[in-house]
Amino acid sequence: MAEPEYLFFLGCLIPYRVTSYEVSARKVLAKLNVRLTEMPDFNCCGFPMAPVSYDLALSLAARDLCLAEQKKLNILTLCNGCFGTLNEVNKALKEDKDLREKINGHLKQVGMEFKGTITIKHLVHALTEDIGLEKVKEFVKNPLTELRVAQHTGCHLVRPTRHVDHGDDPENPRLLKELIQLTGAECLDYIDEAECCGNTIIGVNEDVPFQIAKEKLEHIKDVGAQALVTVCPSCHMMYDFNQPRIERAFNVNFSMPVLHYTQLLGLAMGFPPEELNLDELRVKPAALLSLIQKENKKSP
Amino acid sequence: MSETEKEALNVVNIAKLDPKFRYEIEKMPGAEKISLCYQCGTCTADCAIARFSDFYKPRRIARMVQLGLKDRLLTNNALWLCSTCFTCIDHCPQDVEVSSIVRALRNLSTRENKEMPFVFKAFASNILKTSYVYVMPESRLRGREAQGLPPLPKPNLEHVAKIFDVTGFSSILEDAKTFEKVKARARD
Repeated sequence: MAEPEYLFFLGCLIPYRVTSYEVSARKVLAKLNVRLTEMPDFNCCGFPMAPVSYDLALSLAARDLCLAEQKKLNILTLCNGCFGTLNEVNKALKEDKDLREKINGHLKQVGMEFKGTITIKHLVHALTEDIGLEKVKEFVKNPLTELRVAQHTGCHLVRPTRHVDHGDDPENPRLLKELIQLTGAECLDYIDEAECCGNTIIGVNEDVPFQIAKEKLEHIKDVGAQALVTVCPSCHMMYDFNQPRIERAFNVNFSMPVLHYTQLLGLAMGFPPEELNLDELRVKPAALLSLIQKENKKSP
Repeated sequence: MSETEKEALNVVNIAKLDPKFRYEIEKMPGAEKISLCYQCGTCTADCAIARFSDFYKPRRIARMVQLGLKDRLLTNNALWLCSTCFTCIDHCPQDVEVSSIVRALRNLSTRENKEMPFVFKAFASNILKTSYVYVMPESRLRGREAQGLPPLPKPNLEHVAKIFDVTGFSSILEDAKTFEKVKARARD
């Protein structure tokens, strides 16, 4: 099989604040022989503008889609929000002729036209569909068999179901669990796995997302998870960056490390922690790392 | 007395309802099936937010649209509490997309009231300035180089500005008023 190649859509939040996800993803994907082409002069995927103007959101997304069509490459994104938006708009413009004509009318102003020739993949889909679980597993050199983690798939990777054709179950997410299991780590079930992180409304209200996130952190701690694993920079911000604020707001202590999946996989592939920017996490994963190092010493 | 109870006592004046409101809403993308809502309540039962707010209950919002309670809908800031988890879309037995209807209501409120939460005005202004929702700090941009990451591409701000113009959002943005935080009223 030819090496998978994608146009890498970075989005806004990752370069703004979540470098650890980009660094670890690039390392891991390069090792898996995935070719990434940088996205030229892209703009925000449009997701943050949908609440105030869906027309604007559609047009911003459509411009990004046109850039990918010009490059003749499918898009790969690390962000659930970018995936959800670009995927939904791509499908809507392919299927709805009236909408396509309207948006193409807008795009004419910038000399572009949506044709509907590419598809959008999230990191999780690239790993499970294009590379394959078995192939990824071949790269695991240090199985993380001592680790027990919980997963948070996030909403926009799986919902609305009618827009996402990747076979995952939003009520009982499977793909990220399988990806975690191939690293050797155990992936624990917990009560509100499908619950939203709440980060999308943090700009208008903090109480509600803090409460929702606190409940999830409690539940994963209760089942004995040593870390939470995410695949979205926004969900990650909620559980990692905001964790100390949540702890203060409710006078609780979680000290729950939140790893990007690419960091977990990177550790299992044998990358040293410093190459995966684990020190960049707000909740320090020191205990977790010493567990892994002990494990490595045991293996021949 | 809870906000819901207070509002229930606030008798609806039939003459002030907008019977055509639902037809205005159902023209907006994703809101086409509003008339099919039969108030089963699945959306509210499964909503991540509903338990925190007396106003933000998806079933109630769908009914208010059907009844044409336009003013009450477009002036209540709790409309901005939907976290777009899309659970209501997935679970609705009638394929009514309440989350998309809420989006339509927010869009309408932005356009007609010329008002939006501050964060969206900031995001929109940033996109016009940088093509991203954030203004990337210089230190971050330099940090990319130091970490061996490729530089961010030079944005095409002319394209972005034209898209804002042609969608009519530039003029809304220019003199839009803003509000800071939205309160979720706990149940009494």
